[in-house]
Amino acid sequence: MNFVAGVGRLFLAFLWHTGHLAIFTAAALSHSVRPPIFGRLIVRQLIEIGYFSLPVVGLTAIFTGMVLALQSHTGFAGFAAESAVATVVVLSMTRELGPVLAGLMVAGRIGAAMAAEIGTMRVTEQIDALVTLSTNPYKYLVAPRVIAAVVALPLLVIVDDAIGVFGGFLVSVYNLGYNPSTYINSSWDALKTVDVLSGLVKAATFGFIIALMGCYNGYNSRGGAQGVGQATTNAVVSASILILTFDYVLTALFFNR
Amino acid sequence: MSAIPKIRMRDLHKRFGAKPVLDGVSAEIAAGESFVIIGGSGSGKSVTIKCILGLLHPDSGSIEIDGIETVGLHGRARDELMRKFGMLFQGGALFDSLRVWENVAFGLIQGRRMEAAKARERALETLAQVGLGADVGALWPAELSGGMQKRVALARAIAARPEIIFFDEPTTGLDPIMADVINDLIVKCVKELGATAVSITHDMHSARKIGDRMAMIYGGKLIWVGRTAEIDTTDNPYVQQFVHGRADGPIRMEVRG
Ligand SMILES: Nc1ncnc2c1ncn2[C@@H]1O[C@H](COP(=O)(O)OP(=O)(O)OP(=O)(O)O)[C@@H](O)[C@H]1O
Ligand SMILES: [Mg+2]
Repeated sequence: MNFVAGVGRLFLAFLWHTGHLAIFTAAALSHSVRPPIFGRLIVRQLIEIGYFSLPVVGLTAIFTGMVLALQSHTGFAGFAAESAVATVVVLSMTRELGPVLAGLMVAGRIGAAMAAEIGTMRVTEQIDALVTLSTNPYKYLVAPRVIAAVVALPLLVIVDDAIGVFGGFLVSVYNLGYNPSTYINSSWDALKTVDVLSGLVKAATFGFIIALMGCYNGYNSRGGAQGVGQATTNAVVSASILILTFDYVLTALFFNR
Repeated sequence: MSAIPKIRMRDLHKRFGAKPVLDGVSAEIAAGESFVIIGGSGSGKSVTIKCILGLLHPDSGSIEIDGIETVGLHGRARDELMRKFGMLFQGGALFDSLRVWENVAFGLIQGRRMEAAKARERALETLAQVGLGADVGALWPAELSGGMQKRVALARAIAARPEIIFFDEPTTGLDPIMADVINDLIVKCVKELGATAVSITHDMHSARKIGDRMAMIYGGKLIWVGRTAEIDTTDNPYVQQFVHGRADGPIRMEVRG
């Protein structure tokens, strides 16, 4: 009997959290699209999320592209290797690895920072202070982060795709001795609009997930430094899992019809 | 008293988990009055104020401001109401991402849409009132001593000249001279701005100086309410014990041992 009660309690807690998150998401969305919009705060977040993530995301991308070229070269050895390697690199980067790896890196960097900052504001009553100063915390804290992340991630992924493909090109030409113009032509032939487009839609979705999880966990943190630490961990873990989940869902929607 | 009270609380109840904190708090506070709540640590003083502000929702009971029920108020009506309030938080709750003057001007710029230059002027004026120079205005909150942070928080609470001001332990952590300056300032705010003040304090000297009326909270209720002069003549044993700071008496501190 106790076991059943335990499962029941767990299920109720799950429902409560889902409902709570749904309400938070609705509020975050509605405040992101309704004026007034705080332009200055959005720009500050854009710089934080987009510009300062470039080094991390760029490094990840160039090594990913290089490894992809090396791995697929050994796999396709002998058999039209040149065009196959170029195709594998460009499609893997734009469709999958570009957005997913950028998403995961930014989740670690930005999702954690958002949860820590908003969480600290919560436990030191700064969010309560916002409310008493007639400022809506969704409008002032959540909306600028959500908007900036949704805009910044696709931009970041475009750069990321280019760097990844360039990494693959470097290894193929200088290490594997492929013909550079053949490589570029095969890449170009393999690439279709939907490959890049699906990657950008994924990136925007991941940006939303990262900002939402960072803000949600920070906003609901409780009980001092320990609570803020917990919120930070939860933000990164939940964002990462959701990114991988939605990656599957979006891939199925785009390519599995 | 035929006029509508500025604040009227009736039978407020609030519990956290299984623990009742407010167990039927009722009081009427007239416009322009300075009301002081005294009581032991953890007795629910801050919770009472946060219920009036709408930061916490009472489980039951009614709170009227200017004769209008405010429990459950939201949207534009709540925004309108918030503009009447100023709050000094117990822990200061300064925004650590903003400079001191921006903190003080925050309610003017964000809440009341005043232009920045004018708001800055008003912020520096208010800082001067609490004994802080313009040089302090350019610092970050983290660069201030605890007592200075308290004064900045006070300046932020009164900068927009609200109708009702809440002071949660305004003099704790200040030296006796500065504490008296703050006491005078609170008295002045109430007299000159015609504001209604609700203060929480442990400091009986401060309570006597700023309060027109006092109330003592114990066991989740206001067990004594009276004029300031009456606090020394009352035969209420709880009040006597608190005022004289005696360890033995009807109030049992929850000390484990
Ligand atoms: N958000 C909260 N969640 C759970 N319990 C809370 C919360 N806020 C306050 N409490 C509890 O309510 C009780 C009263 O808290 P409150 O902050 O009102 O005390 P106080 O009278 O202001 O004391 P102090 O003089 O020490 O500031 C405390 O026991 C506290 O643990
Ligand atoms: Mg308190």
